[in-house]
Amino acid sequence: MKKLAETMRNTKSWSKLLLLVLTYAIIHLLIIFGIIQDFQQITLTTICINIILAVSLNLITGFTGQFSLGHAGFMSIGAYTCALITMRMPTIPGFILGLVAGAVAAAIVGILVGLPTLRLRGDYLAIATLGMSEIIRIVFLNLNITNGAAGLSGIPQFVNWPWLFVFTAGTILLIVNFLKSSHGRACISIREDEIAAEAMGINTTKYKVTAFAIGAFCAGIAGALYASYFFFIKPTTFNFQKSVDVLVMVVLGGMGSVSGSVLAAILLALISTFLQSFSELRMVIYSLILIIIMIFRPQGLMGSKELSLSMLSKLGSKFSFRKGRV
Amino acid sequence: MEQFLQQIINGISLGSIYALVALGYTMVYGIIKLINFAHCDIYMIGAYVGYFCMTFLGIGFVPSLLAAMAVCTVLGVTIEKIAYKPLRNATRIAVLITAIGVSLFLEYGTMFFVKAQVRSYPPLTGLLAETLRLGNISVPMLQVLILAITVILMLLLQFIVNKTKIGKAMRAVSMDQDAAELMGINVDTTISFTFALGSALAGAAGILVGIYYNSINPLMGVLPGLKSFVAAVFGGIGIIPGAMIGGYIIGIVEVLISGYINSMYRDAFVFAILILILILKPAGLLGKNTREKV
Amino acid sequence: MPILTVKKLTKNFGGLAAVSNVSLELEQGELVGLIGPNGAGKTTVFNLLTGVYKPTSGTITLHTNGTDKPIQGLKPYKVCEMGIARTFQNIRLFKDLTVLDNVRIAMHKNVKYGLAASFLRLPSCQKEEQELVERSMELLKIMKLDHKKDELARNLPYGEQRHLEIARALATNPSLLLLDEPAAGMNPAETAQLTEVISWIRNQFKLTILLIEHDMSLVMKICERIYVLDYGQVIASGTPEEVRTNKRVIEAYLGEDVNNA
Repeated sequence: MKKLAETMRNTKSWSKLLLLVLTYAIIHLLIIFGIIQDFQQITLTTICINIILAVSLNLITGFTGQFSLGHAGFMSIGAYTCALITMRMPTIPGFILGLVAGAVAAAIVGILVGLPTLRLRGDYLAIATLGMSEIIRIVFLNLNITNGAAGLSGIPQFVNWPWLFVFTAGTILLIVNFLKSSHGRACISIREDEIAAEAMGINTTKYKVTAFAIGAFCAGIAGALYASYFFFIKPTTFNFQKSVDVLVMVVLGGMGSVSGSVLAAILLALISTFLQSFSELRMVIYSLILIIIMIFRPQGLMGSKELSLSMLSKLGSKFSFRKGRV
Repeated sequence: MEQFLQQIINGISLGSIYALVALGYTMVYGIIKLINFAHCDIYMIGAYVGYFCMTFLGIGFVPSLLAAMAVCTVLGVTIEKIAYKPLRNATRIAVLITAIGVSLFLEYGTMFFVKAQVRSYPPLTGLLAETLRLGNISVPMLQVLILAITVILMLLLQFIVNKTKIGKAMRAVSMDQDAAELMGINVDTTISFTFALGSALAGAAGILVGIYYNSINPLMGVLPGLKSFVAAVFGGIGIIPGAMIGGYIIGIVEVLISGYINSMYRDAFVFAILILILILKPAGLLGKNTREKV
Repeated sequence: MPILTVKKLTKNFGGLAAVSNVSLELEQGELVGLIGPNGAGKTTVFNLLTGVYKPTSGTITLHTNGTDKPIQGLKPYKVCEMGIARTFQNIRLFKDLTVLDNVRIAMHKNVKYGLAASFLRLPSCQKEEQELVERSMELLKIMKLDHKKDELARNLPYGEQRHLEIARALATNPSLLLLDEPAAGMNPAETAQLTEVISWIRNQFKLTILLIEHDMSLVMKICERIYVLDYGQVIASGTPEEVRTNKRVIEAYLGEDVNNA
């Protein structure tokens, strides 16, 4: 019995690995053969960056229950740090250094901001993080080194599909592993009932700050990837609207569902690309879609469930069963 | 000293506008615990209605003000009925996302119809164009008007909330929705009425800001909206006098920082004050700290 | 040998003294009841003992492993780390998590692997996770919840939720267990079964137990000593028999017959 369970677990992790490799290879081939062209590659990059942002915000808001509206702030720290470093060291080691430095800087700011503000609950925390993120933006807007409102341009470009894949898949994997561990469960218990969690020996402040730091770290990575791919950043890129966009992905996908966040990030990027041809009406349609989804599915696409391979196969068999009956 | 007083007077004008908008945030939050992100866009719509009335219809300031308030009232109630009411039992974050959706819809919908360009209010004429001189301080009549209208509206609001039956219902629903319903209060009507009041005030603020700064655009509501919300939190969210005091304090602080420190950092200061007050006194100036019962 | 000594514990909320000058002493291995009319301050005493509230004055000393440690004013998770676990009067389970997760979370304070191991799911993490599951299942078996390990806590019937709260408290590996109205809302049969479970876990885990309870059949049956609280003060203490016949206690219960209350 135990052996069977183990084999099953092994098959499961093997099939997951296979799926990852396949995803990578297929998209890589599509790029090589020019089926995915430059324009679609922009969408692909946006999807990857949005996945990192949404999954990491979901860790903070969906799993740990700390309502944050400051993700754009952490992203901007990663973006500016990486940009400033790679502009002085335009090499691959320079880029890696910039990326790591950006992520670490974002995590440090996350801890510094988190320590005093994470005592706040619900909307108060959201407003405090929003304020923090606006302060960061205004600082970048006024510093000489960041070139003010004009922003930084000519950032050396290193990011391509392999980089994107490694960081996106890596972020998802590490966060999923974390959530399955005792530390991750400690975070989730805070969302469920903070008072009970603390009575059961969970240092709630420590785990809130931990979740916040991990989330900020990943947002820093996303920012660094953004800066390097789009080679141009300015403070308004990381305004309040950006934080809201990420929150929308999290809620739309389902709070507390990693696969939901991934789905929502892909879906919203596709919708946004598709709507580009409507130019002026783009945002109007986007906002209507948002309102309609929330009215008819307030728990998000996935609720708090995860998409799994077994669920897909179940869905498949249901479908074929139906077809058989017809 | 004169310069300082002059700055304070400017701060009061700006604060009046923040206070009017903050009242809408605070009342809606008080009653359904929602940060109504669309509120700042109602204020923007108010500014456009005023612009339309004064420029194209050529009617005077007071009828335009009333028209802006009326249109915003209808708009606010409609939004509540269509977008928020179906989500009465959903999680608060779902309603918040809906509010963000409504906000984007109003902003970009307006942009679609009137285009993104900045528009100017017609120049003021007659008494409103005059300037009052008190010693070395000059006070444009416009600023007197803004303060006068704000004070009148606030007194009216205080009267409605404290002395009328529907005001009593509002207070009851904000304390305990279920209990209020059991006592025979029509919760839906009360919530709609709250939106109506807040939206009317935002409409008034919109036209006032239009004549004060003389330029409007479809995204004009975003930043003042955030700062008004800060004002509401500062004073103690859900508390009506708190929003008024908060609005004036934020307005005056902002003007003083622009005047004496660095205008580029004025918004950063406003948000820093917000974070400080949240950490030191999360319930705001007039709020009482509550504790969860274990 | 005492395990917990409480001296002159006082808590004021504004002008109201919810608990005043309460002194208690619990001996190692004792099963003690804390009773009193509604609003007497029983739960407040629990909240003071577990760090949810900071006392206005007074001391709480825990004697474990041959040392005396003052614990008043410590944060709840610290108090839990020192070996005091509790349940809640108004059940506070992690409702949207499984029964197994509820218990596993309470074992977190003894987990040794670090953040890095959890990110990479290193063997140290996997091995310890396996042990957590095994230990949790043992506790669930004791509370007869093992067959429901994958059920969400919110879907359990009321009585089982109370049992799960006890299992979760035991998972923190306490030396002192505080039970806040464990039998509230249970029918007589369920209460009788719970009574047995409580005595059994006390012996099995060598626990000291302090329990708040309104169900006098349970209190009189298993408590070796009882403290009676009224208006925030201890008005009587002693064996069930002594308390039962105490005049002040009877008055406190407004003349109600304590036997049938």
